[in-house]
Amino acid sequence: MGVTVELPRALQPYAHGESVVVLDEPCASVAEALAALEEYWPGVVDLVLTEQREVRQHVNVFVGDENIRFLDGLATPVPPGSTITILAAVSGG
Amino acid sequence: MPATAKTKQTKPKPRPKAKSKAPGEVLLLVGTMKGAFLFWSDRKRKKWKVDGPHFPGESVYALAFDQRGGRQRLLAAPRSMHWGSVIRASDDYGKTWSAPDRQNVRFPEDTGLSLTQIWQISAATSSEPDTLFCGVEPAALFQSRDGGESWTVVKGLLDHEHRKQWQPGGGGLCLHTILCDPADSRRMVVAISTGGVYRTEDGGKSWRARNTGVRAEFLPDKHPEFGQCVHKVVHHPSRPERLFLQNHWGLYRSDNWGDNWNDVANGVPSDFGFAMQMHPHKQDTVYIVPIQSDSFRCVPEAKLRVYRTGDGGKSWKPLAKGLPQHDAYETILRDALSADALDPAGIYFGTRSGKLYASGNEGNSWEAIAEGLPPIVCVKGAAVGAGTLS
Repeated sequence: MGVTVELPRALQPYAHGESVVVLDEPCASVAEALAALEEYWPGVVDLVLTEQREVRQHVNVFVGDENIRFLDGLATPVPPGSTITILAAVSGG
Repeated sequence: MPATAKTKQTKPKPRPKAKSKAPGEVLLLVGTMKGAFLFWSDRKRKKWKVDGPHFPGESVYALAFDQRGGRQRLLAAPRSMHWGSVIRASDDYGKTWSAPDRQNVRFPEDTGLSLTQIWQISAATSSEPDTLFCGVEPAALFQSRDGGESWTVVKGLLDHEHRKQWQPGGGGLCLHTILCDPADSRRMVVAISTGGVYRTEDGGKSWRARNTGVRAEFLPDKHPEFGQCVHKVVHHPSRPERLFLQNHWGLYRSDNWGDNWNDVANGVPSDFGFAMQMHPHKQDTVYIVPIQSDSFRCVPEAKLRVYRTGDGGKSWKPLAKGLPQHDAYETILRDALSADALDPAGIYFGTRSGKLYASGNEGNSWEAIAEGLPPIVCVKGAAVGAGTLS
């Protein structure tokens, strides 16, 4: 069972307009899921992670309903069938 | 229906290079904290049409108009607070913008650095029409050899032994000024806040600090080899070795590519300021907007005045006709003063309070052409068909 990744509107142009991407292969962690996503949509991951492979300061990544900042970050496990949701933080100006 | 990652992305088509008709003869690129605006006028520069905001909600500190090599390419560096910075291009005067497959200005992972913001986009000399540079935060220089499609970091400066001692100024640790020698593409000057002026003579392989005579009020040693908070440097292509420098306290001129600097703050109400602009045709004429102090970053006496020298800095005169002369608590940032390439030259500046002023007579008189814009951080003027002015 794969992993579903939900993309916010700002990232959809970098995934040919798709709002949801299904990764067919199982991923042990968020880092692995993003690496799989990067293989196909590298521009999406560029905007989620810095060059140092850290989640950007004003971006939140959830596994289910849980923000990975309060779990194990990119090492957070991703059970089969999970949904990863990428969202802009409430910060803005 | 969700996309499956097995469906690999098709390569986007290259941007068309067919020429679009320009909406006007004079173009003002205006970058703000919430998007970019294009202002168009005819050669009279009395009436302006505004187009924008482009990239609404994103700050745009760097804009350029590249007319070399038959192009008519706008370049912009929008920065999303959430998703970071990218350089985007338009070959149809902003009707459409490129959407790069990947973030096109990126530090190599092994540098330990991540891009914060792009501060400057500059064309190289006309002899290298496909070469561009951009200055970024944290302070580094990137180069493009394909008209701005792809970018690589200039390793010689990235690996400079001084880097670890550069410190961020109020705006961040940024490389904001890039000047090329039109006679020798191997020679280039950059300025970093705070780090100072650096020059290469070998195409970027090695760089030497060039700050002798420039003071650093905020350090115990007021005249260090490097570490100055240089705010802007300009020169004229017909006399490229003569540089003018607006410092964090100090106004200077060098006649030898920065080997040494002499104070030219003659008759200005303050030698603190950010913005500085060379006249497009007169090599002795430079414009600045003095700011009262580093603790009160507004124009002195709440009078909005541009100052102009016509004699290489021996004297400066205020240009205030048409500008508010009381209760004007305005700030003009380092890239918010510009010129077009017409004769007489148009001079333009934008304020942090969102007012945009234009002069069609070299600064002798001014008119507000927009008010109520978001805070203005970048103004670039150009005459369509008259070459790049950045």
